[in-house]
Amino acid sequence: MNTRPPAIVVTGLRKSYGDKVVLDGIDLHVPRGTIFALLGPNGAGKTTTVQILSTLIGADGGLISVDGHDPAREPDAVRAAIGVTGQFSAVDNLLTAEENLILMADLHHLGRPEGRRRAAALLARFDLTDSAKNLASTFSGGMRRRLDLAMGLVGDPRVVFLDEPTTGLDPRSRRDMWQMIRDLVAGGVTIFLTTQYLEEADQLADRIAVLDHGKLVAEGTAGELKRLVPGGHVSLRFTDPTTFDAAVRTFGDVPRDDDALVLRVPSDGGVASLRGLLARLDEQAIEVAELTVHTPDLDDVFLAITGEPQHEKESVR
Amino acid sequence: MTTHALADSATMLRRQLRHMKRYPSLTFMLAGMPVVFLLLFAYVFGGALGAGIGGPTGGRADYIDYLVPGVILMTVAAAAQGTAISVAMDMTEGIVNRFRTMAISRASVLTGHVLGSLVQTMISMVIVLGVALLIGFRPTATPVEWLAVIGVLVLLTFALIWLSVALGMVSESVETASNLPMPLILLPFLGSGFVPTDSMPTALRWFAEYQPFTPVIETLRGLLLGTPIGGSAYLALGWCVVIALGGYLWAKKLYNRTR
Repeated sequence: MNTRPPAIVVTGLRKSYGDKVVLDGIDLHVPRGTIFALLGPNGAGKTTTVQILSTLIGADGGLISVDGHDPAREPDAVRAAIGVTGQFSAVDNLLTAEENLILMADLHHLGRPEGRRRAAALLARFDLTDSAKNLASTFSGGMRRRLDLAMGLVGDPRVVFLDEPTTGLDPRSRRDMWQMIRDLVAGGVTIFLTTQYLEEADQLADRIAVLDHGKLVAEGTAGELKRLVPGGHVSLRFTDPTTFDAAVRTFGDVPRDDDALVLRVPSDGGVASLRGLLARLDEQAIEVAELTVHTPDLDDVFLAITGEPQHEKESVR
Repeated sequence: MTTHALADSATMLRRQLRHMKRYPSLTFMLAGMPVVFLLLFAYVFGGALGAGIGGPTGGRADYIDYLVPGVILMTVAAAAQGTAISVAMDMTEGIVNRFRTMAISRASVLTGHVLGSLVQTMISMVIVLGVALLIGFRPTATPVEWLAVIGVLVLLTFALIWLSVALGMVSESVETASNLPMPLILLPFLGSGFVPTDSMPTALRWFAEYQPFTPVIETLRGLLLGTPIGGSAYLALGWCVVIALGGYLWAKKLYNRTR
C-alpha cells in the first residue's frame, strides 16, 4: 500500500532478569493500520514486550524497529511516534481530566489554543466532557482507562500500545473500550494490544500472536487460531440415567461424563447447529435438564497449543 | 530534545504548583512542625536556655534570637521530607512511566519537582519567619544582609531538595520515603541550632562542629544578628555545593537506570 516501513518489526527479541528468561527470542511483524494482539496469560512476557517496544526498558538481544526506528539507538524518534496506555492507568490523580490532557498537550509543545482544542475534542470523543473539571482520583475504573487512552492520543501517535486495556473493567466499559479502539484504527493508527482474553483479540485484532513462557507458540488470524482448537461443544446435563442412556444412543460416540450425566456434543455454537441439535432431542423426546453452549476460549487455545491449561487447575471455572 | 528542556521544566513546574494549590494543607503541615518547635523552645525551654547561653540580657528574648536560624533550617529539612514523599508517590504511580515514553526532556520531571519544592519551602519559611517576628525575633540585618540570607537559604534548600529527590526515588515505597530524610530534621539539634556546641560532651561536640548544618546556622546567625561569621560562610557554601551536586547526580542516575 505504501513504501513506509511496517509499524513494528521485531526479530529474536530477548530479555532476562537475572536467571529468569522473560522473552526467549520472539519475532513480530505488524503492518501499518492494523490491530495486532499479543495474547497470553499473566507472566507470559506481554508487559515486558510493551515496555521494551515503548523505550521504557532495554532489550538484551534482537532487532527492533518501531515506526522505522530502533528504540535503543533513537529512543526519542520512537517516543515521538507512539502513544502508550498501561495496565495501571498512568494519569495524574491530583489533576482534573482536562488538566491531564492539557499537560500532555504542553509536553507535546502544541501551544495553548491547539492544546485546549485537542483536549476538548478528546474529552468529547471519550465521553468525559461532563467530568472534565473533576479530579482523576474521583474517576471510576472505566473513566480512568478512557482518560488514560485519551492522554496517549494527544500527540497524534502513529503506533498505539495498549497493555491489557480492558483488564478489570465491567462488561459494558469493555465494549465501549473496544468500540473506541476500532474507531482509532479506522483513523489509520496501528495498534499493538496485549490481552488475556481470546474474545478480546477475536473482536479486535487482525492478527494474534500467542505468547507463553516468553515464546511465541502460535500466530495467525482469529480464525486460524480457532482452527487449532478442538472446537466448541454443547454440554447437555440430564437428571436420570434412563434419559442419559437414550441421549448416548442418539448422539453416539461423544465425550461424556457418566457420573454427572453430562454429554458434550461437538458444535460451533451457531444457531443452525443448535436448532439441529434441539430437533434431534425433540424427535427422541429426550428431556434435558440443562444446556450450555461452550465456545473455545483462551484455555482451549492454550490446551491445544501447549498441551497444558493456562491457569492452575483450581482457577479454571 | 534539549531544545525543549526549559519549556518542559516549566510545564512540570506548573504541574507541581497545581498539586500544591490543590492540597495547600501539605504546605501548611510542612510549616507547622517548625512553628511548633519554635514556640516550644521559645516558651517552654526559652527561659532556662536563655539564661544558659548568656546573651546580653540572658533571657527568653535573647534565646528567641538565638533559636530562629536553627528553626529555619528545620523548616528546610521538613520541606525536604515533603519532596521525598511526593517524588516517591510520583514514581509509584504510572504517570512517570508515561513521561518516560514521551519525547520530552528527561530531566524535566525532576526539575519540576525541585522548582516546585523550592517554591513550597520558601512559602513555609516566610510563615515560620512571620511567626518568629510576632513572638519577638529582632534581626539587625541590613537589606544587603537580608539578600545574603535569602541567597544562603535558597542554595541550602536547593541542595537538600536534590538530595531528597534522590531519597524519594531510592525508596521502594512512600513510607520509606517519609522516613529516609528524618535525620535531616534532627541535624539542627546535633549542631549549633538550639544550644552552643561548646556546651556539649567532646564526641558530640566534634560531630556538631563538623556537620554541614552548623556552618549554615552560624552564617545565618551572623547575617541576621551580627554575630561573628568567620570561615563559616565558605564552609556553608562548600557543603551546599557538594550536597546539591551529589544529590543531583544521584537522582539523575536513579531516574535514568533501566531495569
